[in-house]
Amino acid sequence: MIIAKLAFKNIYGAGLRTWLNAIALSFSFVAIIFLQGLYNGMNNQVEKATVDAQYAGGHYWQNKYDPYDPLTLNDAHEKIPGDLAKLIAAKKATPILIRQATIYPNGRFQNVFLKGIEPEQNILSIPTSVLTDDKESIPALIGSRMAKSSGLKAGDYITVRWRDTHGTFDANELKIAAVMKTDVPDIDNGQFWIPIDKMREMTAMPDEATIIVLEKGSSFSAEVDHWQHKDLEFLLRDLRALVLTKSIGGSIFYIVLLLLAMLAIFDTQVLSIFRRRKEMGTLMALGMTRSKIIQLFTLEGAMHAVLAALVAAAYGLPLLIHVARTGYGLPEASDSFGFALGNRIFPAFTAGLVVATTLLVLIVTTIVSYLPTRKIAKLEPTDALRGKLT
Amino acid sequence: MKYTNITLLLILPALLFSQAPSAQEIIKRVDKNILSDSKIVVSKMIIHGRRGQRTVEAKSWQRNIDQSFTEYLAPAREKGTKMLKLGDKLWTYSPATDRIILISGHMLRQSVMGSDLSYEDMMEDPFLQNMYEAKIAGSDTVSDRPVWILDLKAKIKEIAYDARKIWVDQERFIILKENLYAKSGTLLKQITLGEVMQVEGRWIPKTALYKDALKEGTGTELIIDSISFNENIPDTIFSKASLRK
Repeated sequence: MIIAKLAFKNIYGAGLRTWLNAIALSFSFVAIIFLQGLYNGMNNQVEKATVDAQYAGGHYWQNKYDPYDPLTLNDAHEKIPGDLAKLIAAKKATPILIRQATIYPNGRFQNVFLKGIEPEQNILSIPTSVLTDDKESIPALIGSRMAKSSGLKAGDYITVRWRDTHGTFDANELKIAAVMKTDVPDIDNGQFWIPIDKMREMTAMPDEATIIVLEKGSSFSAEVDHWQHKDLEFLLRDLRALVLTKSIGGSIFYIVLLLLAMLAIFDTQVLSIFRRRKEMGTLMALGMTRSKIIQLFTLEGAMHAVLAALVAAAYGLPLLIHVARTGYGLPEASDSFGFALGNRIFPAFTAGLVVATTLLVLIVTTIVSYLPTRKIAKLEPTDALRGKLT
Repeated sequence: MKYTNITLLLILPALLFSQAPSAQEIIKRVDKNILSDSKIVVSKMIIHGRRGQRTVEAKSWQRNIDQSFTEYLAPAREKGTKMLKLGDKLWTYSPATDRIILISGHMLRQSVMGSDLSYEDMMEDPFLQNMYEAKIAGSDTVSDRPVWILDLKAKIKEIAYDARKIWVDQERFIILKENLYAKSGTLLKQITLGEVMQVEGRWIPKTALYKDALKEGTGTELIIDSISFNENIPDTIFSKASLRK
């Protein structure tokens, strides 16, 4: 207890030096919590948007389908088997048929994916209901990124050329029924959504599909011949890895901040030990053991972390609460990040994050505070009293 | 006399028509014109783009209908690029990257060197009689040459173009103009021949214009500088190893 009291008196007595260290360290506190919260929020947002618009409760893929290999699309279609057809009839799943096609916007050609989907589905958060309105032409729904790259807008007609199941060319005009704004680029870039019945007719693939999307929370995972079940754990794996990579990249920033703060603490400790040689000698002469003196100096250093946590709470708390409520605006260029971010990220700060960060900073500060004090172990009281440091 | 004239007027077209070969016979003759065990072609492709035109020169070795090897000779940027077709597979080799790439799926729809020809156009079976039922739709004149107009409709399912309209020179049995249609009847491509030349008894195009009908632009000109038939081409040419040579 006496050590704690002494340590507190000493760092209180150090005045401005203590506050400068505490403020520097508090920046690390706030930066770590802010960035980690930002990545947590990003992860939550990306996953939610992707699950809502793309994955729902998991997929069944036709055996030959590989989303990373467009070459597989030619053969990746098959009649929907009985078990899955029953789910679709009960509105617990929705089929999607995917083919490659070419569109001709403004006299140039552009390769796209045609995706047939049930207009009345509500398993995915894609506004497919707009595909039911038009009986005269083939309605198509595109995303804003697709609209931008092709120069198309709602009401426009576009010539599309595709091959049917036999490889025979066909061409027709699609009418852009609507342009949707979505945070999920995977349902937008290079994609045209059209009614699945029309698509099956166009491609001579009656009752066929490439993937089946299960409703959210679906527990159906039975083995189906020629179809592979893909759960959310599998579907989100790449996305999570991508977010983790970005999070690791981002952590470099606060590691640098933490290192700078630790350098300041280390520096303070070295200086403190050098300037307080006589004090150490006196304490030893009065009967304090070397290990007690080491404890005293280490505790003084560690107390900076406690002070820093209080300082960080004073200005960081209102700041982080404000950011959590209003979100962190992203520049337009972030659309090219490759995943569903939206215009703003809403950081997610959890109690676990705050406790873990406090513990991390406290432990690191304690270690850094301890390192220079090892010199004290070799200190002779007579030398110390004379101001010598061996 | 009056009745005789009327009778002649009625009979004459029938007589003339009876002298014309059947539609199937015409496309057989057209196929025969291009059929050879092998051929070596040196050609130029003039690609008209929005920012001007560029010329690509190539030498091709072809055997039967399913083997071909092409080496690009000019411009400098494309020089050394090679393309190998074996059956339904197509590989390209680029000296800049020193990599061999299998062209399939959506990549087959890409244009060759920015032209109006796609890779899949190069993969088509060139023999019409194998793929189409023909019907004579009439006769006309193209480039001052009398032609038959034939409507071709696919007789097999696995085919790229469901219908074609061809204008066949009545004397030389060479297609002077060709329209390629989608199943819906939409015109997809137009091929128009310019000059023709006679090589080893066959009439073949010297210049042709390929035009993607859905795309803007003036199309791609193909000029055949030289062609020789039934050459003895070594097997090694049609191997992946020759792409890197």
